[in-house]
Amino acid sequence: MPELRYLRAVNMALADAMAEDPSVVLIGEDVSEAGGSFGASRGLKDRFGAARVLDTPISEAAIAGAAVGAAMSGLKPVIEIMFMDFTTLAMDALVNQAAKARFMFGGQISLPLVLRTPHGGGLGAGPQHSQCLEAWFAHVPGLKVVCPSDPASAYGLLRAAIADPDPVIVVEHKALYGMKAEAPATPPILPIGKAAIARDGRDLTIVSYGAAVRTALAAAEQLHGEGVEAEVVDLLSLQPWDEAAVLASLAKTHRLVVVHEAVEAFGVGAEIAARMADVGFDELDAPILRVGAPFMPTPFSKALEDQFIPSPARVVEAARRALA
Amino acid sequence: MVEDNRPAASSTQLLPGANDGAERRLLDHYATLLTIRRAEERLSALFAQGEVPGFIHLSIGQEAVSAGVMSALGPTDTIASTHRGHGHAIAKGLPLEGFFAEVLAKDQGVCRGRGGSMHVADMSVGMLGANGIVGAGLSIALGSALAHRTLGRSAIAVAFFGDGALAEGLMHESLNLAALWSLPLLFVCENNGWGEFTPTSKQLAFKFRDLVAAYGIAHESVDGNDVVAVADAAGRIVEKIRGGGPAALECMTTRVRGHYEGDAQKYRSPDELAALSERDPLRVAERRLADYRVAPAQLAEIAAAAQRRVDEAMAAARSGTAPDFDAARADVYTARAN
Repeated sequence: MPELRYLRAVNMALADAMAEDPSVVLIGEDVSEAGGSFGASRGLKDRFGAARVLDTPISEAAIAGAAVGAAMSGLKPVIEIMFMDFTTLAMDALVNQAAKARFMFGGQISLPLVLRTPHGGGLGAGPQHSQCLEAWFAHVPGLKVVCPSDPASAYGLLRAAIADPDPVIVVEHKALYGMKAEAPATPPILPIGKAAIARDGRDLTIVSYGAAVRTALAAAEQLHGEGVEAEVVDLLSLQPWDEAAVLASLAKTHRLVVVHEAVEAFGVGAEIAARMADVGFDELDAPILRVGAPFMPTPFSKALEDQFIPSPARVVEAARRALA
Repeated sequence: MVEDNRPAASSTQLLPGANDGAERRLLDHYATLLTIRRAEERLSALFAQGEVPGFIHLSIGQEAVSAGVMSALGPTDTIASTHRGHGHAIAKGLPLEGFFAEVLAKDQGVCRGRGGSMHVADMSVGMLGANGIVGAGLSIALGSALAHRTLGRSAIAVAFFGDGALAEGLMHESLNLAALWSLPLLFVCENNGWGEFTPTSKQLAFKFRDLVAAYGIAHESVDGNDVVAVADAAGRIVEKIRGGGPAALECMTTRVRGHYEGDAQKYRSPDELAALSERDPLRVAERRLADYRVAPAQLAEIAAAAQRRVDEAMAAARSGTAPDFDAARADVYTARAN
């Protein structure tokens, strides 16, 4: 299989969706002339025209609000918010307007809006350019949230998000944009709400998503050296999340560790742990453990950030505790 | 399929004598004003009796803005409304039964009792929703105008907002983008002088006219209680906006009732409130009608028709049923075939 770069996968997904559906438009800061702050929309203005690839001023609230109105009036807007931290400025449109439009208007409409935004640290971007805020969005009824972990899923989930009739938050990881991996020339469109088994195992289940899947896989490799076979479940979708897949893996391994880069407290891991403690209670041979960032802002200094972001070593340590 | 449910008086059988265009239009406006007024009076009475759940914000005193602006729009033009949006909804042509049923939280409501007064919407007539968030409709209308242009439609979008919303940051973002993108978007400021319980003179360090001038957006100010003045200005501006850039219409109007129903308005002087009746949009319209020497019997007939419509719609709405929880829950997301 040929190699595909994560950022190229995002670009391909946008281009393929735009080619297929003339109502798809891109809106965001520097998405048109500059081709996106990270280069995700490079070449798309030339291919599809400035009327469908719209540069905006630095106006996150209006970008998201305009996307709501555009989606109500026949377009399928795909908006880019340059850093997930900046979604704070767009929250009314996303939470009060987009998420509720279908429900609040009695099912009159669907609101096909996609928000692409990168989260995550590792680049020394500091407290306001590194946060993983996906749990906020997963907490809002009416929004869907997906988080790809590699180039193929970046393509497959973005295509699914654009084809979806409801608002979808696509959380990319800026540290993955340069990642290369083998992928089909055109990766398959992935169903929202379905997890994937990233590595088979029988002794322990590690559930993760996004870039933390790389961390989980590194930990699983290390555990393999110690004679422990960890199964790694890549959630891919956070809202809805694949409870059945996690439960099936837990039924096989009876031990569960949830790993994410977001702050541990009140995070996605808390929801998974709570559900598995309920529906998976009879399967559990050990406490469910979480590995997430400590409860503090993302620090700037590499010396600090390296300790902040969950490492394979912390996942291995949690796995050992679960197996003890 | 776009239905035109807008209140109208000018059916030929109703008004055999109305052969002058301006007179006919005024009679249409008058019917709309009366329908909104009677509808809101009815809601006010029912609210006092405890039959209307939640909060309602009445637009009594501001009806000429709704009637006037909407008379310049077609059914495919879109509007984004406010928390004080009953007049907008009725004038844009929401079926009155569905409107009342929504405000009364019935399953037969236009939004199946999920939203209520602050969220009435009807996409089939281009009413993109009242809104519980001050200023939120600005960017929704902006996006709708963008869609109209991108999809090659001749329709325009209208953002309604009060002077209280002028202090919101989204005001600036939306004006800037509308001007930058030269969108077919009409900003209608319903300037009633109040932002909740405080005069906007104490909330704003600028005038709307000066604000929009900074973006190069044309501004016109009219007596928002004179439906003819509003309709004439809106008609002129809307024609310019179709295929052109944005414009602003400031309607100087009066909020007669409180911020919300049940607000005793102890913060307003009795003199101020008493003076409002002189500017009542219905009285202003009636003074204009007097110029045309419309027969009192004809006006009485229009008034009776409005009252009848409201009574019948309200009776139907009150007999509606409670919404179903499972159906509501099923509409959080769109059902997929697979």
